[in-house]
Amino acid sequence: MDKELEKKKIEVKGLNAWFEEKQALFNINMYVKEQGVTSIIGPSGCGKSTFIRCINRMHETVPGATAKGEILVDGKDINAPGSDPVELRRQIGMVFQKPTPFPTMSIYDNVVAGIKLGGLKKKEALDEVVEISLKQAALWDEVKDILFKPGIGLSGGQQQRLCIARALAVKPNILLLDEPCSALDPISTGKIEELIHQLKKAYTIVIVTHNMQQAARIADYTGFFLMGELIEFDHTAKIFTAPTDKRTEDYVTGRFG
Amino acid sequence: MENSEQKSNSVARKIKEKIFLGTVMACAVLAVFPLVLLLGYVIIKGISSISPAFFTNLPAPVGESGGGIGNGIIGTFMIVLIGAFFSFPIGIFGGLWLAESGKGKRGFWIRYAVDVMSGIPSIIFALFAYVIFVLPMHRFSAIAGGFAVSLVMIPYITRTTEEMIKMVPRTLKESALALGIPEWRVSVSIVLRSAWNGIFTGVMLAIARAAGETAPLLFTAFSNMYWNVALDKPTASMTVQIYTYSISPYEEWHKLAWAGSLVLVAFVLTITVLVRKFSKRITYG
Repeated sequence: MDKELEKKKIEVKGLNAWFEEKQALFNINMYVKEQGVTSIIGPSGCGKSTFIRCINRMHETVPGATAKGEILVDGKDINAPGSDPVELRRQIGMVFQKPTPFPTMSIYDNVVAGIKLGGLKKKEALDEVVEISLKQAALWDEVKDILFKPGIGLSGGQQQRLCIARALAVKPNILLLDEPCSALDPISTGKIEELIHQLKKAYTIVIVTHNMQQAARIADYTGFFLMGELIEFDHTAKIFTAPTDKRTEDYVTGRFG
Repeated sequence: MENSEQKSNSVARKIKEKIFLGTVMACAVLAVFPLVLLLGYVIIKGISSISPAFFTNLPAPVGESGGGIGNGIIGTFMIVLIGAFFSFPIGIFGGLWLAESGKGKRGFWIRYAVDVMSGIPSIIFALFAYVIFVLPMHRFSAIAGGFAVSLVMIPYITRTTEEMIKMVPRTLKESALALGIPEWRVSVSIVLRSAWNGIFTGVMLAIARAAGETAPLLFTAFSNMYWNVALDKPTASMTVQIYTYSISPYEEWHKLAWAGSLVLVAFVLTITVLVRKFSKRITYG
């Protein structure tokens, strides 16, 4: 693996995570290269969501949840004293499994919610931000005439792209996608995958998926998690064609999961 | 022999079942019977004294006809507004806190205290308001009445707000936090805002409840016989006027009491029915 040639955007060293007494992650060591797609695969409950939720410190918002270990984003420890989770989350966008447009807001207000409610002062440029973000999320053409209609009126796939636009509007440089297609139909899934392909030119993307074909299609790197441990991490092609660990091979060939 | 015994058993069982069902249904009917009776009686007795002047006139002295409850309507309006002024922020933010951070011991005791508060007779709140406002000010006032009423409203609004906020899915809050929105802003602009329809229902019902209270006003707002909009003066209310009119010995005043009751019941029923009709169940996602 030609690690030295690529810049590491995120580096994880010795990460452990707990929910109350139950340990969910065991000594995770991996990195995410800048501008590319890294996918996290593994069976349900293997800790893949917990892992990416540690990266933007959403894990700690769950009552009773704790984490120990080092996570470096651009070389800086995100858990260092004085490090601000709110600032971190502006740098790291996240999209969840179920589309979650804010139910009281129009499409327009959904897109600018992070800017307006986050107190980022650029009110004069909001129209521009809405157009750019929606175009980036490949949703602009479908909604440009209904910007002031409620966001929950859109279809599931459109809602999910709205959530991506909403995350992009805050101008992050990392995107965490937590099973973004698992609630969507195949056509919407295809659109989102194509979108990810476009976005990886400008963003560092980490995607959790339980769909191995999806990981194989879109990811440059893939990490395989099992029962809270990172079993194997390598180029996606290698994981799917010549895995070194027997358990990885069993999983990607569909023997369990 | 055995067969006939079985048969008589099943007959007995069926009779028992009929008696049980009949009793339950009779109780259900009895429960709404007073409401029907009350509404009918208030309408029959009150409707004859209702006229436009009844809404705009001051109470007339004994012996004169054409008295109204104009000052009582305004007074009730003032007192409820003052009650809302005190109870809305406390009730809504208190409910927000209980729902968002009230899982621990502190939350348990505060929730317990709020429940106890909702069971306290409202006359006790009047005593409290009397000590806090009437004694130091040396007079009855709309503020004292409004404060007493707010104590009736606070537990109601607090618990409704808490219940409504708990219905907002956690994923919504998480998506907002993940956008880098500060936590207090998420609570107010996303969580509270999403639950707002339901909270509004609770707030309107609390207002209807407050408008119908008499006991908290008896020795706080007291009453008057003139126009008044000053917050620190004794203030009339529909409920206390109804009380005063109905315990008086004058036939003319009894009529006014019935008419006043009709107006009040109509007001409370209108709010309740409108709120139930227009408060849609909110759906998330």
